[in-house]
Amino acid sequence: MRYEAVIGLEIHSELKTNTKIFCGCKTTFGAEQNTHVCPVCLGLPGVLPTVNKKVVEFAIKAGLATNCKINEYSKFDRKNYYYPDLPKNWQTSQYDLPIAEHGYVEILVDSEKKKIGLTRIHMEEDAGKLVHSGTNIKDSASSNVDYNRTGVPLIEIVSEPDMRSAAEARAYMEKIKAILEYIDVSNCRMEEGNLRADINVSLRPVGESKLGTRTEMKNINSFKALEDAINYEIERQTEVLEDGGEIIQETRTWDPAKGITLSMRSKEDAHDYRYMPEPDLPPIVTTKEEIENYRKNLPELPDARRARLEKEYGLSEYDASIITSSREMAEYFDGVIATGADAKQAANWIMGDLSKNLNADGVTVKDSPVDAKRLGEMILLIQKGTISGKIAKQVFSEMWKNPDSPEKIVKDKGLVQITDTKAIEGIVDEVIAKNQKAVDDYKNGNKKAIGALVGQVMKASKGKANPQAVNELLAKKLG
Amino acid sequence: MKVTEEDILHIAALSRLKIAKEEEKNYQEELDKIISYMDILEGVDTENVPPTTYALPMENVFREDEPKDSLDRELALSNAPEVEDGYFKVPRVLEES
Repeated sequence: MRYEAVIGLEIHSELKTNTKIFCGCKTTFGAEQNTHVCPVCLGLPGVLPTVNKKVVEFAIKAGLATNCKINEYSKFDRKNYYYPDLPKNWQTSQYDLPIAEHGYVEILVDSEKKKIGLTRIHMEEDAGKLVHSGTNIKDSASSNVDYNRTGVPLIEIVSEPDMRSAAEARAYMEKIKAILEYIDVSNCRMEEGNLRADINVSLRPVGESKLGTRTEMKNINSFKALEDAINYEIERQTEVLEDGGEIIQETRTWDPAKGITLSMRSKEDAHDYRYMPEPDLPPIVTTKEEIENYRKNLPELPDARRARLEKEYGLSEYDASIITSSREMAEYFDGVIATGADAKQAANWIMGDLSKNLNADGVTVKDSPVDAKRLGEMILLIQKGTISGKIAKQVFSEMWKNPDSPEKIVKDKGLVQITDTKAIEGIVDEVIAKNQKAVDDYKNGNKKAIGALVGQVMKASKGKANPQAVNELLAKKLG
Repeated sequence: MKVTEEDILHIAALSRLKIAKEEEKNYQEELDKIISYMDILEGVDTENVPPTTYALPMENVFREDEPKDSLDRELALSNAPEVEDGYFKVPRVLEES
């Protein structure tokens, strides 16, 4: 039987506020354990939480940027469960009246556009961090708890089960990340846990509309882990079903070292959270005017920016979607063309040599040794004919190590393109003399043979001869 | 609404409470009385009454996103049953399977 995967994501994103959601403790990452705690976030008796205004603002912006309806009346609820990273024994979250609902984002996979529905976005507090005495939670006799992260504001973005493959899930999460970066509400540093996903995966026979039993994998914090975990789980569930087995609804952990998912608990906890309205926090009322005001002030979003790059600069949909996939990349592109550099060339260099070098060195575009201005200036040198595209590759790798301007590098390394016919003539004559066969071919009507000769001249000039000048000169000499 | 002995065991498990066998019946009867008392409210016609989500006539109580001092760590940890290296130390998290 052929199966179809059904995937839904719950993405948690920490918001980039200065303080926690209900108290004035700082949210700075990496502080010494239990130094950013107070009676409110420790859940001591008798304290009164107060909502950080910025959190509501950021959540509304996230909702609008993902085409959600903003609820004019929204409230907090208590989600009751016992876990040591949660000092109050409930998580303050939102249940039936979340800040935003019924949205969607568009993804592009294999040049096909697809809408992924958003069920809701709600605000809640993050939990603390456990450090286990053993190698993992199962073999640890005790654990140590750091409550610095407790109360850091989160939005949880819940998708519909609209994804059918790991690639779609990745594209969806990348799109959410891009949007949050564009509207500047989260740092989205996945390695710091700013952005993490709980994945739900189930299988059903192709053509069946009823959902199968799902498993959940929590706290996935890299795109690679997301794809690997989904692919593994699809494979595992397929095997279970093909062997006539049954999928058990459970939480599984992803072990990136072994590349497998493992069952987390022997008996599945009943998800009985006994939500109740939070009596300590008055409801949040947002007027239509306020919502429209937020909407008007949203910056340009990834999809709009992509469409603009296609229209204004003639970039392909694929190129434009890669360049707009992160705010930093899109801003880098703007910086390159601000120098006057050709947009298509800019796109090619960004997606080619720049991306290759960034990946190899493991740096983000923001920390690129070659900044937008220098890349733009280098492209201008190609446009002016000072250097050839081939030489530019050398200039680029030199710029990667050397902070000099491309002009200076070209001058210092003697990489200026030779357009002076006299200087090229000697080489051309030599090549003609040495390649009698290609010359004969050309003279016998095979005009393509000139390509081989141009190549020889370029090689002999170490790439510095202007290919167009070489072409003209050869054509003239071969009559 | 009838509270059963099963309900009592379920709620006790969710609340991590151990209830002695001989106490089960007592809890069941008492909780049943409390819940049944609430049933009186069921008789009120609420057809045109919007659900109450908050008891006081208040909304939009916010604070600005400005940092305040946190507790000294020593003070924060002072009531913890066990402390290790500036952490709250807790016993095994997952029950042994």
